[in-house]
Amino acid sequence: MVDALVQREEELTGPAVATATGGMRGRLASVAMTLAGLMLLTFMMGRLLPNDPVLAVTGSEVDKETYDRVFKQLGLDQPVWRQFVSYVGNVLTGDFGNSLTTGQPVLKDLLAVFPATMELALVAMTVGIALGVPLGVVAAANKGRIVDHVARIVGLAGHSVPIFWLGLIGLLVFYSKLRWVAASGRIDVLNEGLVAPVTGLLLIDAMIARDWDVFRDALAHIILPGAILGYYSVAYISRMTRSFMLEQLSQEYVVAARAKGVSRRKMIWGHAFRNIRVQLLTVLALTFSGLIEGAVLIETVFGWPGLGQYLTRGLTMNDMNVVMGSVLLTGLLVVAINTVCDRLYRILDPRTR
Amino acid sequence: MAPDTAPPRAGMAGWLKAETPDGALHAMAQQLWRGWVQFLHHPLGLLGAGVILLLVVAAVAAPLLTPYDPAAQNMMGRLAPPSAAHWLGTDEFGRDIFARLIYGARTTLYIIALVTVIVAPIGLIIGVCAGYLGGLADEILMRITDVFLALPGLVLALGFAAALGAGITNAIIAIALTAWPPIARLARAEALGLRNADFIAAVRLQGASPARIIFRHVVPMCLPSVIVRVTLSMAGVILTAAGLGFLGLGAKPPMPEWGAMVSTGREFMIDSPWVVMAPGLAIAAVSLAFNLVGDALRDILDPRG
Repeated sequence: MVDALVQREEELTGPAVATATGGMRGRLASVAMTLAGLMLLTFMMGRLLPNDPVLAVTGSEVDKETYDRVFKQLGLDQPVWRQFVSYVGNVLTGDFGNSLTTGQPVLKDLLAVFPATMELALVAMTVGIALGVPLGVVAAANKGRIVDHVARIVGLAGHSVPIFWLGLIGLLVFYSKLRWVAASGRIDVLNEGLVAPVTGLLLIDAMIARDWDVFRDALAHIILPGAILGYYSVAYISRMTRSFMLEQLSQEYVVAARAKGVSRRKMIWGHAFRNIRVQLLTVLALTFSGLIEGAVLIETVFGWPGLGQYLTRGLTMNDMNVVMGSVLLTGLLVVAINTVCDRLYRILDPRTR
Repeated sequence: MAPDTAPPRAGMAGWLKAETPDGALHAMAQQLWRGWVQFLHHPLGLLGAGVILLLVVAAVAAPLLTPYDPAAQNMMGRLAPPSAAHWLGTDEFGRDIFARLIYGARTTLYIIALVTVIVAPIGLIIGVCAGYLGGLADEILMRITDVFLALPGLVLALGFAAALGAGITNAIIAIALTAWPPIARLARAEALGLRNADFIAAVRLQGASPARIIFRHVVPMCLPSVIVRVTLSMAGVILTAAGLGFLGLGAKPPMPEWGAMVSTGREFMIDSPWVVMAPGLAIAAVSLAFNLVGDALRDILDPRG
């Protein structure tokens, strides 16, 4: 009765790519279906929002004539399926509508906030890997011993503590009390716009411009939210690393290598760990979804001008196009990263050829 | 299990350790018992179970545990540090934080219970139908599941919570909408395994309708693992609920909710850290407890590690 529970976690939580079986074409078809479904979902979400889209454009003081005109302009007199078709058409041509609050096209806003979230997620992922992978390897090598339990607690604690709360405590300790890190935002106002945006990632742009003051400032801003977000993903990364390692350590080549006199350390890192590197790649893809989730909250706490903050602001302002655009972009990102990792896995792991 | 040489014992223990079960119910009870014995050897799992028990006790016996009304304001005694009168201090309205914490356990338990009640049947029915019927039904249902899985839980819940409007009921609906896909995936996998089982074929030959087979024969078989899986996802549900509360889309004030308590305490955090400390730790403790229990269950069910 419990066999299915034993399935790998990724099969239960991984989107789209995990279920497709029929080669590249079937895979692409299933990704396309998922994206179409995503658009339907965001469309419904937008229609459900409790504000009148016409009043949002015109303001509350409006005469009947103008109201009807805008109503027609927005296509609201059309049947719902026609509205959906034109929504899909617009999205496919890159038109996400205009934001009511910023007055800009949503796509332009999204492109502006996206690098900030990406930078945060990259720093977080680095922290998550740097902590999670060794933790998982050490736990597997010491299965059932005290180190294993400690590693598990450390990981699970990071996955259980509400991330917004950890952010606040972090600010209290490292900013208010110790003054080790900078406060909210990506960079000090003084340093804003000093380096030319090349990649949109401040740390890299500062490196390209060789402006080390800006680099230090950006680092002081990103290190705390990045580390907290990374700690959140440690539990998942370390658990999967541990279970992959246990699988390897139970293989016969391990016994053979040990019998031939290979040291324990060399066997673990040089033999067993080498074999799980490609598997870890898929774990990283799944971590990404959790990172976006955490980013929504951590960006609110740290005033980080990224996708998460853009989304939550859109929500509180009832800005329909912003909500639909951000949710759609998030879904797109998750599907894209999963597809890419899946491809990489197939290319790098000779057994899947 | 008792060794072969042990004499048969009477009573409950003997029944649970009997060599050959008398029927399906007996076998199930024995299986549960063996699981429970293994669980007892899992110290971290036990710790988690203890914390969950504490949460239930706090929620049920809230009025007995604290003399204060969680909504009673006292502007004279606002932001008082922890003392003998107010164990965890008071918040910006002079409300006792310990009382709000205890009554907040009710909100948390309410969310957990309702999400379970909504999510388990939805996930079960969608998954079982997809797995048992196969073909086009499977394809369509699993594509829908994929769409929901492509969005991080909190993002999806935020979208729906905002669309439906703030409030605890809507937050629960939003969370439930995000929590069913993994359950459905699991139920589908179970149903796929049962589909070609001999006893199902026998029932089908006797002329049972697909609906009857699904509800009378397949669903009961999938139920235990679905229940376990729902427990596993509760840690995530608690964090999502707290996140919604923190962003102002959860329970409406003055209803005490831990996430919202952290959010309102932010402003006063630097001078009165106790305002955010206690509710944050409470969320962490309950979420960790569910994670520990889930981990222990996984260990018991998956001996491979």
